[in-house]
Amino acid sequence: MAVNPELQGRVFPPTAPYLVGREKIREFSRAVLSTNPVNFDVDAAVAAGHADLVAPATFPVVVQEATLAQLLAEPDAGIDFSRVVHGEQRFTYTRAIVAGDELTATLTVSSVKSLGGHNMITADSDIVDAQGTHVVTAISTLVVRGDED
Amino acid sequence: MVDFSSLTKGDVVAEETFHLTRDNLVRYAGASGDFNPIHYRDDIAQSVGLPGVLAHGMLTMGLAVQPVSNWVGDPARIVDYQVRFTRPVLVDGATGADVTVTATVGALEEDTQIARIDLTAKYNDETVLGKAQVRVTLA
Repeated sequence: MAVNPELQGRVFPPTAPYLVGREKIREFSRAVLSTNPVNFDVDAAVAAGHADLVAPATFPVVVQEATLAQLLAEPDAGIDFSRVVHGEQRFTYTRAIVAGDELTATLTVSSVKSLGGHNMITADSDIVDAQGTHVVTAISTLVVRGDED
Repeated sequence: MVDFSSLTKGDVVAEETFHLTRDNLVRYAGASGDFNPIHYRDDIAQSVGLPGVLAHGMLTMGLAVQPVSNWVGDPARIVDYQVRFTRPVLVDGATGADVTVTATVGALEEDTQIARIDLTAKYNDETVLGKAQVRVTLA
Protein backbone atom coordinates (compact mmCIF):
# COMPACT_ATOMS: atom_id res chain seq x y z
CA MET A 1 0.00 0.00 0.00
CA ALA A 2 1.50 3.33 -1.03
CA VAL A 3 0.84 6.71 0.51
CA ASN A 4 -1.51 8.78 -1.63
CA PRO A 5 0.60 11.54 -3.26
CA GLU A 6 -2.55 13.69 -3.54
CA LEU A 7 -2.33 14.24 0.23
CA GLN A 8 0.30 16.89 -0.42
CA GLY A 9 -1.18 20.32 0.21
CA ARG A 10 -4.27 19.02 2.00
CA VAL A 11 -5.45 21.17 4.91
CA PHE A 12 -7.48 19.53 7.70
CA PRO A 13 -10.20 21.11 9.88
CA PRO A 14 -8.96 22.72 13.13
CA THR A 15 -8.88 20.40 16.16
CA ALA A 16 -11.16 20.95 19.15
CA PRO A 17 -9.66 23.51 21.59
CA TYR A 18 -7.11 22.05 24.05
CA LEU A 19 -7.05 23.76 27.46
CA VAL A 20 -3.53 23.60 28.92
CA GLY A 21 -3.69 22.78 32.63
CA ARG A 22 -1.06 23.31 35.33
CA GLU A 23 -1.08 19.69 36.40
CA LYS A 24 -0.67 18.52 32.79
CA ILE A 25 2.38 20.78 32.45
CA ARG A 26 3.80 19.37 35.70
CA GLU A 27 3.07 15.78 34.61
CA PHE A 28 4.69 16.29 31.20
CA SER A 29 7.65 18.13 32.78
CA ARG A 30 8.35 15.21 35.13
CA ALA A 31 8.06 12.82 32.17
CA VAL A 32 10.79 14.61 30.17
CA LEU A 33 12.99 14.81 33.30
CA SER A 34 12.77 18.58 33.62
CA THR A 35 14.05 20.17 36.81
CA ASN A 36 13.40 23.75 35.66
CA PRO A 37 11.37 25.68 38.27
CA VAL A 38 9.29 27.58 35.66
CA ASN A 39 7.81 24.21 34.62
CA PHE A 40 6.63 23.42 38.18
CA ASP A 41 6.43 26.51 40.38
CA VAL A 42 3.91 29.25 39.54
CA ASP A 43 5.84 31.84 41.58
CA ALA A 44 9.04 31.07 39.65
CA ALA A 45 7.17 31.35 36.34
CA VAL A 46 5.60 34.68 37.33
CA ALA A 47 8.99 35.97 38.53
CA ALA A 48 10.35 35.12 35.06
CA GLY A 49 7.61 37.28 33.51
CA HIS A 50 5.04 34.65 32.58
CA ALA A 51 1.30 34.56 33.31
CA ASP A 52 1.48 30.98 34.64
CA LEU A 53 3.53 27.76 34.43
CA VAL A 54 5.59 27.46 31.24
CA ALA A 55 5.37 24.21 29.26
CA PRO A 56 8.55 22.36 28.25
CA ALA A 57 9.82 22.85 24.69
CA THR A 58 8.38 19.58 23.38
CA PHE A 59 4.95 19.94 25.03
CA PRO A 60 3.22 20.92 21.73
CA VAL A 61 3.41 17.22 20.81
CA VAL A 62 0.44 16.72 23.16
CA VAL A 63 -1.66 19.14 21.10
CA GLN A 64 -0.23 17.94 17.79
CA GLU A 65 -1.29 14.36 18.48
CA ALA A 66 -4.92 15.07 17.51
CA THR A 67 -3.80 16.28 14.08
CA LEU A 68 -1.71 13.17 13.42
CA ALA A 69 -4.76 11.10 14.37
CA GLN A 70 -6.72 13.02 11.70
CA LEU A 71 -4.03 12.22 9.13
CA LEU A 72 -3.89 8.50 9.95
CA ALA A 73 -7.71 8.26 9.90
CA GLU A 74 -8.02 9.93 6.47
CA PRO A 75 -9.74 7.24 4.36
CA ASP A 76 -7.71 7.81 1.18
CA ALA A 77 -4.33 8.44 2.88
CA GLY A 78 -2.97 4.91 2.41
CA ILE A 79 -0.90 5.11 5.59
CA ASP A 80 -0.30 1.76 7.30
CA PHE A 81 0.28 2.80 10.94
CA SER A 82 2.25 -0.36 11.75
CA ARG A 83 4.88 0.76 9.22
CA VAL A 84 5.17 4.35 10.42
CA VAL A 85 8.47 5.51 11.97
CA HIS A 86 9.03 9.01 13.35
CA GLY A 87 11.82 10.45 11.22
CA GLU A 88 12.14 14.10 12.23
CA GLN A 89 10.47 16.61 14.53
CA ARG A 90 10.65 20.37 14.79
CA PHE A 91 8.95 23.08 16.87
CA THR A 92 9.09 26.70 15.70
CA TYR A 93 7.85 29.11 18.36
CA THR A 94 6.29 32.56 18.34
CA ARG A 95 5.92 32.28 22.11
CA ALA A 96 6.04 29.60 24.82
CA ILE A 97 2.88 27.73 25.87
CA VAL A 98 1.66 28.62 29.39
CA ALA A 99 -1.03 27.10 31.62
CA GLY A 100 -4.43 28.53 30.76
CA ASP A 101 -3.78 28.63 27.02
CA GLU A 102 -6.60 27.30 24.87
CA LEU A 103 -4.92 25.91 21.80
CA THR A 104 -6.23 24.81 18.41
CA ALA A 105 -4.14 22.99 15.80
CA THR A 106 -4.58 22.97 12.04
CA LEU A 107 -2.76 20.32 10.02
CA THR A 108 -1.34 20.89 6.56
CA VAL A 109 0.41 18.08 4.70
CA SER A 110 3.33 20.04 3.29
CA SER A 111 5.09 17.23 1.49
CA VAL A 112 4.71 13.61 0.35
CA LYS A 113 7.85 12.07 -1.11
CA SER A 114 8.91 8.63 -2.24
CA LEU A 115 12.47 7.61 -1.43
CA GLY A 116 13.99 4.18 -1.98
CA GLY A 117 10.72 2.28 -1.58
CA HIS A 118 9.69 4.31 1.47
CA ASN A 119 7.32 7.25 1.69
CA MET A 120 8.06 10.39 3.67
CA ILE A 121 5.20 12.59 4.81
CA THR A 122 5.79 16.00 6.34
CA ALA A 123 2.89 17.25 8.45
CA ASP A 124 2.82 20.86 9.73
CA SER A 125 0.51 21.60 12.66
CA ASP A 126 -0.05 25.31 13.19
CA ILE A 127 -1.05 25.87 16.80
CA VAL A 128 -2.86 29.10 17.70
CA ASP A 129 -4.33 30.47 20.94
CA ALA A 130 -7.95 31.45 21.72
CA GLN A 131 -7.39 34.82 19.98
CA GLY A 132 -6.19 33.01 16.83
CA THR A 133 -2.62 34.23 17.34
CA HIS A 134 0.20 31.89 16.35
CA VAL A 135 1.98 30.14 19.25
CA VAL A 136 4.02 27.34 17.69
CA THR A 137 4.23 25.19 14.58
CA ALA A 138 4.96 21.50 15.15
CA ILE A 139 6.43 19.77 12.11
CA SER A 140 6.65 15.98 11.94
CA THR A 141 8.26 13.92 9.23
CA LEU A 142 6.88 10.40 9.21
CA VAL A 143 8.57 7.60 7.32
CA VAL A 144 6.24 4.89 6.05
CA ARG A 145 8.39 1.86 5.37
CA GLY A 146 7.85 -0.02 2.12
CA ASP A 147 6.76 -3.66 1.83
CA GLU A 148 10.30 -4.97 1.26
CA ASP A 149 11.45 -4.49 4.88
CA MET B 1 20.79 35.49 32.18
CA VAL B 2 23.32 34.26 29.65
CA ASP B 3 25.32 37.08 28.01
CA PHE B 4 25.32 36.59 24.22
CA SER B 5 28.65 38.41 23.82
CA SER B 6 30.34 35.95 26.20
CA LEU B 7 29.70 32.98 23.89
CA THR B 8 32.10 31.50 21.36
CA LYS B 9 31.30 28.91 18.73
CA GLY B 10 32.39 25.50 20.04
CA ASP B 11 31.81 26.30 23.74
CA VAL B 12 30.27 23.38 25.62
CA VAL B 13 27.49 25.04 27.64
CA ALA B 14 25.97 21.96 29.32
CA GLU B 15 26.46 18.24 29.67
CA GLU B 16 24.25 15.75 31.50
CA THR B 17 23.60 12.02 31.65
CA PHE B 18 20.03 10.80 31.99
CA HIS B 19 19.30 7.31 33.31
CA LEU B 20 16.16 5.86 31.74
CA THR B 21 14.22 2.89 33.09
CA ARG B 22 11.01 1.24 31.91
CA ASP B 23 9.25 3.33 34.56
CA ASN B 24 10.26 6.46 32.65
CA LEU B 25 8.76 5.05 29.45
CA VAL B 26 5.44 4.27 31.12
CA ARG B 27 5.37 7.76 32.64
CA TYR B 28 6.12 9.36 29.26
CA ALA B 29 3.44 7.24 27.55
CA GLY B 30 0.86 8.52 30.01
CA ALA B 31 1.98 12.15 29.87
CA SER B 32 2.21 12.30 26.07
CA GLY B 33 -0.65 9.98 25.09
CA ASP B 34 1.68 7.83 22.96
CA PHE B 35 0.72 4.29 23.98
CA ASN B 36 2.50 2.41 21.18
CA PRO B 37 3.26 -0.95 22.87
CA ILE B 38 6.80 -1.11 21.42
CA HIS B 39 7.62 1.24 24.31
CA TYR B 40 6.53 -1.18 27.05
CA ARG B 41 6.19 -4.73 25.65
CA ASP B 42 9.24 -6.75 24.57
CA ASP B 43 7.13 -9.34 22.73
CA ILE B 44 5.51 -6.72 20.52
CA ALA B 45 8.81 -4.87 19.97
CA GLN B 46 10.40 -8.15 18.87
CA SER B 47 7.47 -9.00 16.60
CA VAL B 48 8.23 -5.88 14.51
CA GLY B 49 11.94 -6.67 14.30
CA LEU B 50 13.30 -4.67 17.22
CA PRO B 51 15.67 -6.20 19.80
CA GLY B 52 13.36 -5.06 22.62
CA VAL B 53 11.52 -2.13 24.16
CA LEU B 54 12.82 1.27 23.09
CA ALA B 55 12.34 4.80 24.39
CA HIS B 56 9.88 7.09 22.61
CA GLY B 57 11.87 9.28 20.22
CA MET B 58 9.94 12.23 21.64
CA LEU B 59 11.12 11.30 25.16
CA THR B 60 14.74 11.44 23.98
CA MET B 61 14.01 14.76 22.22
CA GLY B 62 12.26 16.06 25.34
CA LEU B 63 15.03 15.23 27.80
CA ALA B 64 17.86 16.25 25.45
CA VAL B 65 16.74 19.89 25.55
CA GLN B 66 16.57 20.06 29.37
CA PRO B 67 20.27 20.95 29.85
CA VAL B 68 19.74 23.89 27.47
CA SER B 69 16.53 24.90 29.29
CA ASN B 70 18.47 24.99 32.59
CA TRP B 71 21.49 26.76 31.10
CA VAL B 72 19.38 29.52 29.53
CA GLY B 73 17.14 29.65 32.65
CA ASP B 74 13.79 30.13 30.98
CA PRO B 75 12.63 27.58 28.37
CA ALA B 76 10.53 30.36 26.81
CA ARG B 77 13.82 31.59 25.29
CA ILE B 78 13.78 28.55 23.00
CA VAL B 79 12.47 29.77 19.63
CA ASP B 80 13.17 26.69 17.53
CA TYR B 81 14.08 23.06 18.25
CA GLN B 82 14.58 20.29 15.72
CA VAL B 83 15.95 16.75 15.66
CA ARG B 84 16.23 13.71 13.43
CA PHE B 85 15.72 10.33 15.01
CA THR B 86 18.67 8.25 13.81
CA ARG B 87 19.00 5.29 16.24
CA PRO B 88 16.73 3.74 18.87
CA VAL B 89 17.50 3.87 22.60
CA LEU B 90 16.90 0.33 23.90
CA VAL B 91 15.83 0.34 27.53
CA ASP B 92 16.68 -2.92 29.30
CA GLY B 93 14.08 -4.03 31.84
CA ALA B 94 16.67 -4.63 34.56
CA THR B 95 19.48 -2.18 33.84
CA GLY B 96 17.76 0.64 31.89
CA ALA B 97 19.78 2.87 29.56
CA ASP B 98 21.99 5.95 29.90
CA VAL B 99 21.68 8.86 27.45
CA THR B 100 24.42 11.48 27.62
CA VAL B 101 23.64 14.90 26.20
CA THR B 102 26.29 17.49 25.29
CA ALA B 103 25.20 21.01 24.30
CA THR B 104 27.65 23.07 22.25
CA VAL B 105 27.41 26.55 20.72
CA GLY B 106 26.95 25.83 16.99
CA ALA B 107 26.37 29.32 15.60
CA LEU B 108 25.85 32.88 16.82
CA GLU B 109 23.41 35.16 14.98
CA GLU B 110 24.69 38.63 15.87
CA ASP B 111 21.80 40.69 14.44
CA THR B 112 19.06 38.84 16.34
CA GLN B 113 21.16 37.76 19.39
CA ILE B 114 20.08 34.18 18.81
CA ALA B 115 22.48 31.37 19.67
CA ARG B 116 22.18 28.00 17.96
CA ILE B 117 23.02 25.24 20.40
CA ASP B 118 23.87 21.87 18.87
CA LEU B 119 23.06 18.76 20.87
CA THR B 120 24.86 15.44 20.83
CA ALA B 121 22.86 12.64 22.45
CA LYS B 122 24.70 9.36 22.92
CA TYR B 123 23.56 5.93 24.04
CA ASN B 124 26.13 3.08 24.10
CA ASP B 125 28.71 5.47 22.57
CA GLU B 126 26.56 6.06 19.48
CA THR B 127 24.58 9.17 18.60
CA VAL B 128 20.81 8.71 18.64
CA LEU B 129 19.78 12.15 17.34
CA GLY B 130 20.94 13.87 14.16
CA LYS B 131 20.86 17.58 13.34
CA ALA B 132 19.67 18.27 16.89
CA GLN B 133 19.62 22.07 17.07
CA VAL B 134 18.07 24.44 19.58
CA ARG B 135 17.87 28.16 18.79
CA VAL B 136 17.64 30.36 21.89
CA THR B 137 17.07 34.09 21.98
CA LEU B 138 19.40 35.99 24.30
CA ALA B 139 18.16 39.46 23.30
